Amino acid sequence: MKFAHEYRDKSLAWAVAEAIGWRVDPARDYTLMEFCGGHTHAICRYGIIDLLPENVRLVHGPGCPVCVLPIGRIDQVIALAMQPNVTLATFGDMMRVPGSDRKTLLSAKATGADVRIIYSVLDALALARKTPDRRVIFFAIGFESTAPATALAVQMAAREGLRNFFVFCTHVTTPAAIDGIFASDAARSGQVKVDGVIGPGHVATITGSGYYKDVAARHHLPMVVSGFEPLDLLQSVLMLIDQINDGRAVVETQYARAVTSGGNARAQAMMRDVFVARESFDWRGFGELPGSALRLAPAYARYDAELVFDITYHRVADNPACSCIEILSGAKQPLDCRLFGKGCTPENPIGACMVSPEGTCSAYWQHARHHAGETA
Amino acid sequence: MTARRGRKLDFEHGVVELIHGGGGRATTQLIEELFLPAFHNEHLATRNDQAVMRMPAGEMALSTDSFVVSPLFFPGGDIGAMAVHGTLNDVAMSGAMPLYLSAAFILEEGLPLRDLRRIVQSMADAAQDAGVRIVTGDTKVVEHGKGDGVFITTTGIGLRIPGIAPSVEKAQPGDAVIVSGTLGDHGIAILSQREGIGFETDVISDCAALHHMVASLIETCPTVRVMRDPTRGGLASALNEIAEASGVGMILNESAIPLDPQVEAACELLGLDPLHIANEGKLVAIVPFECADDVLGVLHADPLGRRAALIGRVVEDPRHFVQIQGDFGGTRVLDWLAGEQLPRIC
Repeated sequence: MKFAHEYRDKSLAWAVAEAIGWRVDPARDYTLMEFCGGHTHAICRYGIIDLLPENVRLVHGPGCPVCVLPIGRIDQVIALAMQPNVTLATFGDMMRVPGSDRKTLLSAKATGADVRIIYSVLDALALARKTPDRRVIFFAIGFESTAPATALAVQMAAREGLRNFFVFCTHVTTPAAIDGIFASDAARSGQVKVDGVIGPGHVATITGSGYYKDVAARHHLPMVVSGFEPLDLLQSVLMLIDQINDGRAVVETQYARAVTSGGNARAQAMMRDVFVARESFDWRGFGELPGSALRLAPAYARYDAELVFDITYHRVADNPACSCIEILSGAKQPLDCRLFGKGCTPENPIGACMVSPEGTCSAYWQHARHHAGETA
Repeated sequence: MTARRGRKLDFEHGVVELIHGGGGRATTQLIEELFLPAFHNEHLATRNDQAVMRMPAGEMALSTDSFVVSPLFFPGGDIGAMAVHGTLNDVAMSGAMPLYLSAAFILEEGLPLRDLRRIVQSMADAAQDAGVRIVTGDTKVVEHGKGDGVFITTTGIGLRIPGIAPSVEKAQPGDAVIVSGTLGDHGIAILSQREGIGFETDVISDCAALHHMVASLIETCPTVRVMRDPTRGGLASALNEIAEASGVGMILNESAIPLDPQVEAACELLGLDPLHIANEGKLVAIVPFECADDVLGVLHADPLGRRAALIGRVVEDPRHFVQIQGDFGGTRVLDWLAGEQLPRIC
C-alpha cells in the first residue's frame, strides 16, 4: 500500500537497527519512553524490541487517553447517559471501559440508555440536528490531536444556534502528562529513569514540535517527535541515542513529513477560542495534575455538559490488584502484572490499559503475549 | 383455497402492516402474491405448514443462521442473498451439498413492500443459482420501531458427500492453511455504507454460495481436515476456533494473505484489522500439506477462488496460538476479535 509499506521496509529497518547497534555505548543503559499508545502498538506489532540492543530498553508511556481517564469520569459519563431524554455519542473505544462496579456504557445501553457509537464528532452534531427533541451529549476525549475537532463542532453548534448539543469534555494535554511521569512515585524513587522520550507525532501535527520545548528543558529531556510506522520508530530511537550520547536535550522531529515546528495555526486558534485550561485534572496513574486538561471557555458554557447537567466528579480508587498505575508511569511492564491474561483480558478487562485497544496491556496481549514464556 | 380480498398488494407504494403477520387473509395474500411465486416449488405449493421430502440415504447436515444486517442493501448483495448464501455455506463447510432451505421473516411494520419484494426476489435468485429450494417458511410482523426493516432466519439441509468428514478438531501439525480469496471485503463494503462513516470505496461484498467450489475441493482432496467460512470475527476467529478445537497452533505468513488494497487502506484508516472483518463468500481450508498445490489449483480455476492462497502452516503449540510472521520480521499473535467491532454486519 502506498505511504504505508514504504515505512515497513525490512532491509531499511535492519540497516537502521544496525546503526543503533554501532552507536550505543555498551557501558551504559538507555531507557526510552514512547509516549503514544499508537507507538506502543507499532513497537509490539513489528517486534521493534527484538531489533534493539539489549541495553536499550523501551518503557511505555501514558499516551492513551482512554487509559489515563480515571474511573470517576467513566461514572460521570454513564450518569449522563442515564439522564432522561439524553443521547450520548461516543467513540467505540469507550463503550467497554469499566467504571465503578464494572458498569460500562455498554451495560448502560443494554439497560435502556441511548448510547451511539460515532466515528467523528460531526456525527454527534448531525444527530443533534436530526433529533431536536433529544439532548445530544458528545463524550470528548483525547489529547491535543482530537481537541480541534471538538472545538470545531462547538463553534458550528454556536453558529447554527443548536440548543440540544453538549460536550462532556475530558480532553487532556500532553506536556502535563510528561510532567506527570517525572513527578510520579516511580520517577522520584528512582524506579523509572527516562533518558529520552519518543514524542507524540499526531499531537505535534496540531501543536507543532516547538510546543514541547519547555517541558523538555524543564526535565533536561531529549525528545524526538516520531511517526507511527516501524521505520519511524527505529529512526527516532537512533536520534535519541545520538542526543543522549552527545549530552543534548532538545526537541527534534523525526516525523517531518507531517510535523512542523509551529504546527497547525488554524486548529490552535480554534482551540484557544473554545477551550480554557482546567485548574487541575485527575489522571489515572498520576492523580491531580495542574493545568493538564481542557474545559469549554465561559463563552461556550451552555454547551458544557458538566455545567448544564450538574454532575459532580467523585474520585474512585482503582482495583488494588491492577498494575495500570505503574504501567502508565513506566514502572512496570504488562507481563509484570499478576492480573495480565488471568483476571484481565480484552474480553474481561479490569484495568484501562487492557480495555482500550490503544492500551499497553492490549498491545502486549495482541502482539507480544507469545513471548511471555521466553522472557519470564 | 384462495383468500378473498378486494385488491392486489401495492408493491410500488404499499408498506408492511401488522395485519400481514396476523395469520389471516392478509398473511395469505402476502404469501400468495409474493413468496409463492418467487420461491415457486412443489413443496411450497402444497400450502402445508411443513415440507415433506424424501431424503436419500447418507449423512445429513443441518445448519441455521439469522441475518440482521444493516443496511439491508449494500454493494455486492442484500440481506436476502446473504440469508441464502450464509446458510448454504455453513452446510457446505461440513462437506455436504445443500438441498433445501427454510426461511423465517420478521418484518417491521412500515417496511416498503417494494423493498420486501426486492429482498425476496434476491433470495429466490440466489437459491435458484445455487440449485437449492426454499421449501417452507414463516412470516411475522412486529410494530414499527421494534425491528429494523427485516430480519431473516434460514435453515438449510444438505447431504454429506460419502466418505468425507471434515471437522474443526482435525487440523494436524504440518497441514496447510488455505484461504479462497481476499479477506474483509464484506465487512468493509457494509461499513462504507454506514451513516456517519461514509468513505468512498469500490469494495463490494463477497457474498456468494461456496458449495460448488467445496465440491471441487473435496474431489481433489477428500482428506480435507477442516473447512470454515470466516464470517463474523473474520479469519482470526475461524483460525483460533480451529486451533483451539484441534489443540494445535498456526503460523501464518503475513505477505501471503490476500487483501484488496482498498480494504487494506480502509482498515489502516479506521484502525481495524482486516483479519477480524467478516467475509460472506470465502472459505478457509486446512488440508494435508501434500494436497495444498492441487487444492490451490482447483480453487484458482473457480471464479470465486481466483485469489486463493496458501497462507500458513499448522504447528504444534500447547498454547494454541495463531501467530503471524510479519513482512517486517517479528511475529505477533492473531487474537480473537474482542467485543463487537462492527455490529449488524450479517
